[in-house]
Amino acid sequence: MFTGSTDQARRAAKKELEAHLSRKFNDYFDEEIPTDDSVFVRDPPLLWRYFVLPRKEGEDEAMADSDYIVSQIMAVNTKIENAYVFSSGKNMGCFKGVGYPEEIGEYFMLDRLYRAHTWTVHGRFPTNTQAWWGGAHPFGLLDTTVVHNGEVSSYGTNRWYLEMYGYACTLQTDTEVIAYAADLLMRRQRLPIEIVAKILAPPIWAAIDRMDEKEKRLMTALRMTYGPLLMNGPFAVIIGETGRMVGLTDRIRLRPLTAATRGEIFYISSEEASIRLISPHLDRVWTPRGGEPVIAEMKGYEKGYEKGHEKGYERIC
Amino acid sequence: MMIRAAVSKGRPSSVPKAGVSAGAGAVSIDAAGLETRELNDRLRELLLSGTKRVEISHVCGQRYIGTRLYTPERHQMEIDIRGTAGNDLAAFLSGHKITVHGNAQDGVGNTMDSGEVVVRGRAGDVLGFSMRGGEIYVRDGCGYRAALHMKDCEGKRPVLVVGGGAQDFLGEYMAGGVVIILDFDGESRDASFMGTGMHGGVIYLRGTARVDQVGAQVEISPADEADRELIEEYVSRYLERFPEVEMTKEEILASPFVRLTPRSKRPYSGLYAY
Repeated sequence: MFTGSTDQARRAAKKELEAHLSRKFNDYFDEEIPTDDSVFVRDPPLLWRYFVLPRKEGEDEAMADSDYIVSQIMAVNTKIENAYVFSSGKNMGCFKGVGYPEEIGEYFMLDRLYRAHTWTVHGRFPTNTQAWWGGAHPFGLLDTTVVHNGEVSSYGTNRWYLEMYGYACTLQTDTEVIAYAADLLMRRQRLPIEIVAKILAPPIWAAIDRMDEKEKRLMTALRMTYGPLLMNGPFAVIIGETGRMVGLTDRIRLRPLTAATRGEIFYISSEEASIRLISPHLDRVWTPRGGEPVIAEMKGYEKGYEKGHEKGYERIC
Repeated sequence: MMIRAAVSKGRPSSVPKAGVSAGAGAVSIDAAGLETRELNDRLRELLLSGTKRVEISHVCGQRYIGTRLYTPERHQMEIDIRGTAGNDLAAFLSGHKITVHGNAQDGVGNTMDSGEVVVRGRAGDVLGFSMRGGEIYVRDGCGYRAALHMKDCEGKRPVLVVGGGAQDFLGEYMAGGVVIILDFDGESRDASFMGTGMHGGVIYLRGTARVDQVGAQVEISPADEADRELIEEYVSRYLERFPEVEMTKEEILASPFVRLTPRSKRPYSGLYAY
């Protein structure tokens, strides 16, 4: 995405980004992201997509491709003025902007151009920062996306901790830290979501005191090790990944989240009504408990985390 | 960061007034495509024109249904809702009887004054929030913070009866009223923070409660004879409203009940005292 108040500024950002890409990647194909210009949206940025392969040189050669790509995204977002990467998946695309969700959907022609097995949609009314295209949800990094309702009041602490791992928060809104925490914990540190949920929304100490010895040790260790990644404040999030979708609220559930199933389809939303709009008939509707993730996995994509923290989460499909 | 109302904008609002039609004694409203305000305007017009029964179909998330229905003459209406009632159903409800044939979302009976709400399904979070009169019956369970700051007011005593369980923070800051949780689904067995900050009213919970499940201000005691009479009365009323429930009054009452009451009417009286 290239922002800037004039077309000239956007083209200059694009030129600079492409110079950077040509040093770091082999560009196989690139194009402007198709949009329906008959849909009115205010001040759209220049939106371009690049299909690239890493060209790692020198000490970068030891890096995993995914780490290399993440580090380059951070470099672009911090160093190239008016250029931001807001979608970087292999098999995942983020489409976002300023406007009503249905207008953004029509602008990107989602119904005409794209098919997917997992969809997340979000409408946001920014209360603490200015609305801009990069600040819309979802926040994505590689194949993981996050949408969020609430407020991360621990943003400063979380941001400081994530910066130590090379994540630069540039998009001016709190949800960004959840996306990067998910990337750090799930992709880089390979922690299972059940554990990640207990890092982001840990049980309170009084509850830990009542646990059996083994669980108490685990929860205590997580709180000690990952204290700065505790997400304080009210939140409900939906994390989308390849073949998996996870819903999670803060531990005392200060934001709503309703889950439902119909046949083999899983739904999760802030409100039951929005699920009913898509599927008037549902097999099961429930309110997930605070701090306990609801995990839906696509058949054939199960992540294979079986042992360990047996209770406190639900697995669908 | 807030999520916009799921329903409020979607379709054009040009649904004709013909959406209202008179049936056998009841006026029907098709709520498909109606915005919250349009639906509530319609209800108010019907109330003022003397309508006694309204059936609303295709409700999907419209908020505040039943609010703004106060008149100095105390007109009364019965409202049947088919679909999923949106947040703050029956907010400030002043008399009237509302029945939802489906599920309700968050905030049912928010600051409700009088009347009755029957949900033939489940309710979301903050059920009976700040309720100060009237009765709410929910056939299935409910989410977090039911009866949050429910209160007695000028001789009124609100009653909330839930067939399923209630999740955490039941009766948080509760100041008055009666809550009866029948916990058919067992959800309340693992619930925490019940009665946190409670300083009035009473919660009856079918089954038992552990000290670690309730707030520090809460006294747990077995329901006595007088309690059980009250419970029996409201279990009867619950079963009258939900004949589909496959339990008899005797089966329900055969279980133990515990009573949760505040130890003090002023739990924080010493907190800011110098």
